Amino acid sequence: MSAMDLFPLYNSLRVASISTFITFFAGICAAHYIARAPKAVKGVLDCILTLPMVLPPTVVGFFLLKTIGPYGPVGSVVLDIWGFRLTMAWYSAIFATTAVTFPLMYRTVRGAFESFDRTLLYSAQTLGLSDTFIFWRITIPNCKQGILAGTVLAFARALGEFGATTMVTGYIPGRTATISTAVYQFWREGNDALAYKWVAVNLVISFLVLTTVNMLENRYDRPKRARAVLADKG
Amino acid sequence: MSLYVKIKKAYDDFTLEAEFEAQNETMALLGASGCGKSLTLRCIAGITKPDEGLIVSDGVTLFDSRKGINLSPQRRRAGLLFQNYALFPNMTVEENVMAVLSKHGGSGSLRERYERLARNFYFDGLENHYPAQLSGGQQQRVALARIMASGPSLLMFDEPLSALDSYLRWQLEDELARTLEAFPGDALYVSHNRDEVIRLCGRVCVIDHGRFERARPTKELFESPETLASSLLSGCKNYSRAARLTDVTVRALDWDVDLECSKTVDAGISHIGVRSHYISIAPEDALTADGQTGTNMFRCRVLKVTEDVFSTIVDVCPLGTDPGHDFSRIRIELPKGAAGGAEEGVVVLAVIKPKDIMPLRPDLPITPDAKCDTI
Repeated sequence: MSAMDLFPLYNSLRVASISTFITFFAGICAAHYIARAPKAVKGVLDCILTLPMVLPPTVVGFFLLKTIGPYGPVGSVVLDIWGFRLTMAWYSAIFATTAVTFPLMYRTVRGAFESFDRTLLYSAQTLGLSDTFIFWRITIPNCKQGILAGTVLAFARALGEFGATTMVTGYIPGRTATISTAVYQFWREGNDALAYKWVAVNLVISFLVLTTVNMLENRYDRPKRARAVLADKG
Repeated sequence: MSLYVKIKKAYDDFTLEAEFEAQNETMALLGASGCGKSLTLRCIAGITKPDEGLIVSDGVTLFDSRKGINLSPQRRRAGLLFQNYALFPNMTVEENVMAVLSKHGGSGSLRERYERLARNFYFDGLENHYPAQLSGGQQQRVALARIMASGPSLLMFDEPLSALDSYLRWQLEDELARTLEAFPGDALYVSHNRDEVIRLCGRVCVIDHGRFERARPTKELFESPETLASSLLSGCKNYSRAARLTDVTVRALDWDVDLECSKTVDAGISHIGVRSHYISIAPEDALTADGQTGTNMFRCRVLKVTEDVFSTIVDVCPLGTDPGHDFSRIRIELPKGAAGGAEEGVVVLAVIKPKDIMPLRPDLPITPDAKCDTI
């Protein structure tokens, strides 16, 4: 146990944090725009943005390789100008996890925006409040739960991503290994003992994430119930 | 201060054609649900954009499709009180009001202005409460104060009382009346409740399926509604399809009887209406000596007698008509104890005074200039 190399844990957390940071903002922006877009635009964009969620991760990985690989349109340009490869490095996993987790964030937040009581928005407008104020001080705080749920889901999914990640990063111990690729690798090598240890790590993390989600939900539920009781008495 | 609205907004299955003018008054927009009254307020507030037309409030053009003017809701100074009050749930009472106060000028410091509002609308001491912690009445007062903080030149109330039980309703209606009285500009009050409209508004516009009837004093609507739609809204319960016989007589087709009318019966009428309080019951022996019925007196069979709190309701059906037909059932409301021998199955005489018969037109007279492009 003492010899267990914790790099995959560190790398997974690093990749998941960065991709969650990206999808957090990208997801909110996309949700905000698409929730108010005209119907036709909405349908098309929604399909395109949700696609990575339904496609097999291998297909996402394939597209990524064809784009950011050394011969791909983006990958070759980067290689020419800056002289480094976008694939087979630890940060390659960020592309994969971002693509796969984006739809989760985007869809959850869009749901929150769409179920948001629009009369709040209208009343704010008629009261002369600016659209910026309305977005940051009214829409976002009132959709907080959806945004948090989307973020946690995206983070959990990023930690567990395997298919697309393994295609763009491969498995290089100490460089690109993540928890999920490590489990696969150790199982393939017949190193069940180590595979079990990483499975255990996975279980612990998943358990923590789910507990966090439940706690968040409870925290936002409780004051409301207390308030409702108070309002009855008052 | 005045408000002029003439707009048109078409949807697949519904077209709103609003036209009215308010002159420094509280005007009611009365209509059944789905008739377009809330939509009208939203068009005036700038939340929904009309297809064409003109909206001028207090001398400022808010919307003019010809000149391409369409002010943002923020610049319209049109305060809209929503049915659910739309207080921001994530902000305390103070933050709700302050958010608006700080965007608009006024005399005194922000703090002073807040305290003045809190005193005027009786919510001082509640500044740290969240909307969900307030009672319905407190929420309405805060919402009103918040609208006042934005310095509106026009007030619009969208069914503010319809979600409340009857006791709270009275209290809040009082509050609204006070606010309306103190407000110098125009106010529009949307409702489907005739009682609120009678008490709060001077004039009323009836809206029927997206079409506005002419505005008229509230009293007049209830004393002599001209159309079937406004009569229904005014609470009249008894109707019959009708054909004009002479200037003063009409045949009630569903009741199978000719009636005398003190109002002039013009050719365009399609129905008559009689309020349930204005029909009385006489026993059969009130017939004239030769067995003929007198003026506006006809035989009915009693279908049902219902005891209400302060009245007795007798449902009857004129002899020879089909009680299954909606219009053939006549509802008579009598003071408690005045129902006499009326019980299920007996035949009685229903009596209506000529002045209580309201001849009704089917709809608005269709004017050739009803289109918006003739403004």
